[in-house]
Amino acid sequence: MDHEYTNDREFHEQVIEEVLASYPEKTRKRRSKHLNVVSEGDSDCGVKSNIKSMPGVMTVRGCAYAGSKGVVWGPIKDMVHISHGPVGCGQYSWSQRRNYYVGETGVDTFGTMQFTSDFQERDIVFGGDKKLRGLIDEIGTLFPLAKGITVQSECPVGLIGDDIEAVAKDKAKELDRPVVPVRCEGFRGVSQSLGHHIANDTIRDWIFDREKPSDQENAEKPFESTPYDVIILGDYNIGGDCWSSRKLLEEIGLRVIAQWTGDTSLAELERAPKAKLNLIHCYRSMNYISRHMEEKYGTPWFEFNFFGPTRIEQSLRAIAEFFDDTIKENAEKVIAKYRPLADAVIAKYRPRLKGKKVMLYVGGLRPRHMVSAYEDLGMEIVGAGYEFAHKDDYQRTMSHVKDGTLIFDDVTAYEMEKFIERIRPDLVGSGIKEKYPIQKMGVPFRQVHSWDYSGPYHAYDGFAIFAKDMDLAINNPVWGKFKAPWVEA
Amino acid sequence: MSSLRQIAFYGKGGIGKSTTSQNTIAALAEMGQKVLIVGCDPKADSTRLILHAKAQQTVLHLAAEAGSVEDLELEDVLRTGYGGVSCVESGGPEPGVGCAGRGVITSINFLEENGAYEGQDYIVYDVLGDVVCGGFAMPIRENKAQEIYIVMSGEMMALYAANNISRGILKYANTGGVRLGGLICNSRQTDLELELAEAMAAKLGTKLIHFVPRNNIVQHAELRRMTVIEYAPDSPQADEYRTLAKNIHENKGNGVIPTPITMDELEEMLMEFGILKSDEEMIAELEAKEAQQKSTAAA
Repeated sequence: MDHEYTNDREFHEQVIEEVLASYPEKTRKRRSKHLNVVSEGDSDCGVKSNIKSMPGVMTVRGCAYAGSKGVVWGPIKDMVHISHGPVGCGQYSWSQRRNYYVGETGVDTFGTMQFTSDFQERDIVFGGDKKLRGLIDEIGTLFPLAKGITVQSECPVGLIGDDIEAVAKDKAKELDRPVVPVRCEGFRGVSQSLGHHIANDTIRDWIFDREKPSDQENAEKPFESTPYDVIILGDYNIGGDCWSSRKLLEEIGLRVIAQWTGDTSLAELERAPKAKLNLIHCYRSMNYISRHMEEKYGTPWFEFNFFGPTRIEQSLRAIAEFFDDTIKENAEKVIAKYRPLADAVIAKYRPRLKGKKVMLYVGGLRPRHMVSAYEDLGMEIVGAGYEFAHKDDYQRTMSHVKDGTLIFDDVTAYEMEKFIERIRPDLVGSGIKEKYPIQKMGVPFRQVHSWDYSGPYHAYDGFAIFAKDMDLAINNPVWGKFKAPWVEA
Repeated sequence: MSSLRQIAFYGKGGIGKSTTSQNTIAALAEMGQKVLIVGCDPKADSTRLILHAKAQQTVLHLAAEAGSVEDLELEDVLRTGYGGVSCVESGGPEPGVGCAGRGVITSINFLEENGAYEGQDYIVYDVLGDVVCGGFAMPIRENKAQEIYIVMSGEMMALYAANNISRGILKYANTGGVRLGGLICNSRQTDLELELAEAMAAKLGTKLIHFVPRNNIVQHAELRRMTVIEYAPDSPQADEYRTLAKNIHENKGNGVIPTPITMDELEEMLMEFGILKSDEEMIAELEAKEAQQKSTAAA
């Protein structure tokens, strides 16, 4: 349900000028390359990306450890992920993402537990390998059902040159389970993005290339391939996203043999190369492994989008194109089945949300992927920005945003505040750090990293919840009480 | 107590730093000075000649055993050796693991906080090879050693190291007030060694504190885990160390902010002394050699 609108190009350009004018010259020069107003027909958004943030601008980016432990490895539920180093990194990132999973925590799954080697001074001075060995032994004893272990390096591990690869090799042999050393020290790279890449590479090197995958050990139920085997890549099951996506794919007759990495298991990592098609949702965090599987196993990959009925329908049809007529027919049936549901949601919320302006500032995917879900509800995207996107993300963004949209890369706290102050969108979607300052500016807000403790937002089930949540945020009567009664009178 | 002096010995690895420092300290002790040696080398051999034994328990190993450095008492790590000299070794990891630099920081902080410096006339830091990282620069930071003595010789690499260490001192000179006390030449009997040492001192804006001649008796004493002062107190070499100790003692407050030179300048200086050949000279030599070979072949 595309609806036509354009953004006020001149006004947006003027706002950028105003923001830049308040910077000292050097900062102005550097930041000007990260802000732009897009024109229809451009090949990309015309901003510089994936370069070092400037000190003092209060970037909300994370680090390589956050990208590896927090995003890619962390949700793998039947493995234990050790935050290797001093206690803080593990402790303060504990349960940060809402990666839902099914399992008996502490017995066969470990998602909401925190494991750390808790470095002390002596571990820095004498090296932490000995402690790591001890810790892995303890995990082996205490959690016999843990299918494997990953070692997520914090900064000091790289500084003192510990040989975690040697420890991992020894222990993998002793425990007869994969032990994966991940060199995701936080000082590497410019954002969490490098952590995604490093995590992808370690899956390739330490899971795919392992001599004896644990999946094959399951002799009673050996894995049998079907022509309809697919995997979902880059869905971390925030608030159950992956479950609603999976359901839809299964309804059109496909078999989802792995979902990476929300609610996933080691066996699902290992059997992924057997898929006939790799379906990637978060391109930014998992394009690396998709390309690898394409190269090595010949598996094609396809970027799909399950935000909002327009994109869901497009995606289902495009996915079905990879398969036979049965699947294509199924896709049409499923689309027809859910159309009334989507129409009912739109009928209810569109009148309440039509014409509302939205600004998004998220990680590496959602600033473009969510656009048409808002548009399905009659809303308009006036500005979009990424924390850690690369050039290819800004190219992909062009097919989602309208002419005159304001684009901002690794936005500074000051820029964000000024943009909101001047543009006064009806809704801002971003993270927890932005939430309260923006609400205090009198602007409705939804967290779109964590779905603000709601969700799922993916697929048809998710769209209904999404629409309700946006309505709750924007049309909340609290905004009418923004002025104190004595001021109002 | 008001006159507590903190000094440090730096220099290229293997130059004879620990031997020179311990002989000097033994001579200072003879003069009635109360000295504490803080060994800042994971090898823990900065106090061997004073204690007549190596491998006393180090701060860091004891701390690792006890849990953390907070669990240690000063008595656990302090030993007394020849002439009443107090000794402590910081210790550290075996080669190739962990972070020895962090170890130095930890143990120096421990010693200070626990009053190891009280009642001493001298605190002497003996630091490994080169200022490789922040940890090994700890003794030259604020409120630590005020004077640095660089042990060197006429060998090229020793001069390189002396220049590098001066750079380290220069870095902290303005924030911490550390000064270069002077150079100590531990003779290797290289060509024009004394002249070269004096020229280097002049370049760095300091002076040669003493030229210690080479003498086999140092080796004899060392094999018996003793300083020359103790092993052969009447030998001329013992007097050399006494002179060195006296010079250092009288050098109080005379440190300078060093003026390290560039690598080019250093190489130029070595060329002047004929130690390093210039490119032109090397090419000329090669050509002469080739010409000679050709003429022999022709014949």
